[in-house]
Amino acid sequence: MIKVDSIHKSFGKVQAVRGVSFDAPDGKITGLLGPNGAGKSTTLRILYTVLKPDRGSATIDGADVVTDSLAARQKIGALPHGAGLYPHLTARENVAYYANLCGIDKAEVGDRVSEIIRLLEIEEFADRRTKGFSQGQRTKVSLARALVHDPQNVILDEPTNGLDVMATRSLRRLILKLKDAGRCVLFSSHVMQEVAALCDDICIIANGQVAIDGSIDGIRERTGQEDLEEAFVSAIQMVGEE
Amino acid sequence: MRTFLTVFFKEILDNVRDRRTLTSALIMGPIFGPVMFAFVINLSIDRALDDAESSMELPVIGQEHAPNLMRFLESRNIDIVAGPDDINGAEEAVKNGKHDVVLVIPEEFGEQLADTIPARVELFSDEANSQGEKEARRARNALRAYNQQLAGMRLSARGINPMLLRPINIDEIDVSTPSGRSAMLLGMMSYFFIFALLMGGMYLAIDTTAGERERGSLEPLLSLPVTRGQLILGKIFAACVFMAASLLLSLLSFYVVLKFMPLEQLGMTPNFGLPVVAAAFFLLLPFILLGASLMTLVASFTKSYKEAQTWLSVVLIAPTLPILIVSILTLRPEIEFMVIPSLSQHLILVDMVKNEPLNGLHVAISVCSTLLFGALLTWICARLYRREGLLG
Repeated sequence: MIKVDSIHKSFGKVQAVRGVSFDAPDGKITGLLGPNGAGKSTTLRILYTVLKPDRGSATIDGADVVTDSLAARQKIGALPHGAGLYPHLTARENVAYYANLCGIDKAEVGDRVSEIIRLLEIEEFADRRTKGFSQGQRTKVSLARALVHDPQNVILDEPTNGLDVMATRSLRRLILKLKDAGRCVLFSSHVMQEVAALCDDICIIANGQVAIDGSIDGIRERTGQEDLEEAFVSAIQMVGEE
Repeated sequence: MRTFLTVFFKEILDNVRDRRTLTSALIMGPIFGPVMFAFVINLSIDRALDDAESSMELPVIGQEHAPNLMRFLESRNIDIVAGPDDINGAEEAVKNGKHDVVLVIPEEFGEQLADTIPARVELFSDEANSQGEKEARRARNALRAYNQQLAGMRLSARGINPMLLRPINIDEIDVSTPSGRSAMLLGMMSYFFIFALLMGGMYLAIDTTAGERERGSLEPLLSLPVTRGQLILGKIFAACVFMAASLLLSLLSFYVVLKFMPLEQLGMTPNFGLPVVAAAFFLLLPFILLGASLMTLVASFTKSYKEAQTWLSVVLIAPTLPILIVSILTLRPEIEFMVIPSLSQHLILVDMVKNEPLNGLHVAISVCSTLLFGALLTWICARLYRREGLLG
């Protein structure tokens, strides 16, 4: 369960996030949708605690991301945008490194790493060094290491960027699996169709503010647009006009 | 503690597999110093031998006009060879570098000597050519000596003490001991060790911030449930291990190179046996932490890997500054200097190589102050690793 309450964040004079609030409940997939530069990544970075909000607060399963950031990090698995691997380590070693850092019991690390490698279908290249991996392979390994400690909350920043159709589909299946397991999944995207296909709740962000949020049907209703793309555009315009 | 060890061992594994790190830690650093040193020493040995012992060839035109002079020159280890055919040929040969110096003795030389008219000889040389200049100087000195000898003989023949011609007798005495002379040349070696040591950890230091960031692995790493202090400590200590390996290798390669250098010919007997190698290793060990944290600190301010490399090459030179200043001012080891890292190690190392008794207090101050600086910089690194700006 992720709760975001009116967070603000500026970089110099640029106000990246201006009072974003939303909830991402367990057992649901919440999509953060918005054009490039809307403040999606900044919001997520605050949630996985690499940035601190200027104002407002956010909690992960009750742990505040500022005052109790270590506990908050314990409860999340994060896939930052453009996450990179260690090229001289094999995929398995990359995942095991994170497993050890997350404090998984030493005796169980091996089993746990094998399990997640099987789950993400990366056995085939698990023991190759990651130098020269394709974007799809890299994303899968990054995801494996983010999920290795079995976090309750999963934060994915534009995970389908640079993936081909097959890889996108297998990632989608995985996200649905996480949902079925009762996890809270929060992911960002600027691709309309992807969010529509996957998410239970959508939070549309533009200009660092929440334009509209709720279920897909709810958004259609409130914007008066049947087509989700039109709904998206009109929601963004609503913010722009302010 | 587990986080620290996990990061530490991962960094070791990662970098052992990285050819670039290995090259700079285990090959570049350790080899650069000794090779450079061997080159410089060989050069000075060549010069030293040239000046004193080796014979030089002197092309002479008109040898037959001055047989006594020829014998005198030969007695000074100058081999007389046949020169060009005439004066024009002599000038030409010196100009185009065929000969460095040519002596021309005119036909009337003997006659003028006998008549006590200053007898004329011509010495062709090219002052712009430094090697030729050396040969010309030697020929000139020999001719001058002959001149004096003749003058002395003439005075004796007239019943005058030839000593009248030498109001002053200059006798140069070099008081440097063989070990002391070595220290002068070996003074630069302490820098080679520091250089090798820094080279060993350079890529790891860059990787801690700029490298991880450029690869995109920094953000996921920071989103893990670990404290950043442990991450950076693991990384800095992994760098220290590579630096220690680099230092040890460079000490050993120096030890081997010195064995094969004909240093006795230069009158140098450096005290650089295995016990000194070991002592130097432990003396420089505290500098490793300082170097690792300094490089990590500098790299953390840079935006990219390339920029980090540029700035770190400045850091590679920085430890020479105190050494350079003290060498220029030729200051003796003072207790205040022992507070300054790199300088203190340099001064103590020079004393060791000179085979002078070690000052325990100096060593203690050097070790403590260097460790203190290292700890301070490490702490600053850990603080800086917490800022948001780290993400670039």
